[in-house]
Amino acid sequence: MVTELERARSAAAAVLDPELPVLTIADLGVLRDVVVEGRRVTVTVTPTYSGCPALEVIERDVARAVRDAGFADVVVRRVLAPAWSTDWLSEEGRRKLLEYGIAPPLPTGQVSVTLSVRCPQCGSPDTSQLSRFGSTACKSLWRCNSCREPFDHVKAI
Amino acid sequence: MSVATLPDLATYALRLGDDSLVLSQRLGGWITNAPELEEDVALANIALDLLGQARTLLSYAGEVEGAGRDEDDLAYLRDERDFRNVALAELPNSNFAVTMARQLCFSTWQLALHQRLTSSADETLAGVAGKAVKEVSYHRDHATQWVLRLGDGTDESHRRMQSGLERVWPYVAELFTTDELEQRLASDGVAVDVSALRPEWDAHVDSVLQEATLTRPEGGPMLPAGGRRGIHTESFGFLLAEMQHLHRSHPGATW
Repeated sequence: MVTELERARSAAAAVLDPELPVLTIADLGVLRDVVVEGRRVTVTVTPTYSGCPALEVIERDVARAVRDAGFADVVVRRVLAPAWSTDWLSEEGRRKLLEYGIAPPLPTGQVSVTLSVRCPQCGSPDTSQLSRFGSTACKSLWRCNSCREPFDHVKAI
Repeated sequence: MSVATLPDLATYALRLGDDSLVLSQRLGGWITNAPELEEDVALANIALDLLGQARTLLSYAGEVEGAGRDEDDLAYLRDERDFRNVALAELPNSNFAVTMARQLCFSTWQLALHQRLTSSADETLAGVAGKAVKEVSYHRDHATQWVLRLGDGTDESHRRMQSGLERVWPYVAELFTTDELEQRLASDGVAVDVSALRPEWDAHVDSVLQEATLTRPEGGPMLPAGGRRGIHTESFGFLLAEMQHLHRSHPGATW
């Protein structure tokens, strides 16, 4: 039997990130906690970057998804600590990113990470960074020196 | 309520929030004007990180004040004398080298500050700092790379980078000027005493300048610190006019 908590949690967890729409907020590590107390569901989320405009959309989508799952009283909380890390991306999330054409982040704390970002198109390790800032706060812009395709990379933080 | 009568903690959050907000607004001025497309994107991203910090800090200042002001009230409805940012943050963009000199000086300071603020006794400040440290590391690195490239580039880029440094240098002293309010909060473990950040700042900036073949500006006048007391430079009113105009002309407007 599916508990209320499981139902609420899976509704929240299935919400997609608006800027990386192949990832759920659970894949991304943005979903921190779901609590059911009586009739109230409290969902806790955390921003990837301080200014990430996706979070407001996510908060709205989470509230709607949990309400649609049959919970009328939904509170979405935002926490800053502990600070989001790309290490929280699930394995599943990394695989989805790669398939989508975005190079997933490398583990944080790795020295000379820039040497080993692989091209998501052809898999070549011969790539170069065009800019450490990309189309969203969480990405940098790269080019593959083998297949010449430009690509996005979720930078490790 | 005037800013002068705010509780210490609200004032402190406002100071740090104003630094980020005002610099964010300045950097936004580069969008569509940067030397290359990648720079439009980079400066917009840096501005966005700063804006995110500002939103949390201004919201928090309003919450601590307890008079019902939110982040928009504080950003758009205060006048010049009620802003508490350091003057460095408001300096006009001028040319790209001036902007990069400003970025190097500011982000080196901001990173050192937030690294210490991660252990603040105040949970919100520590939370903001925990995120800021990750973001500002990229900002500092971005500025460092440009200062190296321009300083150790052509004769012309070197000349402009040196002159950019000299333009912003008089405003550096303010970054390390502490006051009673900061001292009170620092003794409670809430705030960071900025006067302690100087050696670390010097170490990074000096090593960049040396590698970039630039000369540290010495002996020039250091301007007295006024930003934390609401005394700003001539260009600041124009920045606010642009930033606040829409909100003030169309109160309550939404997209």
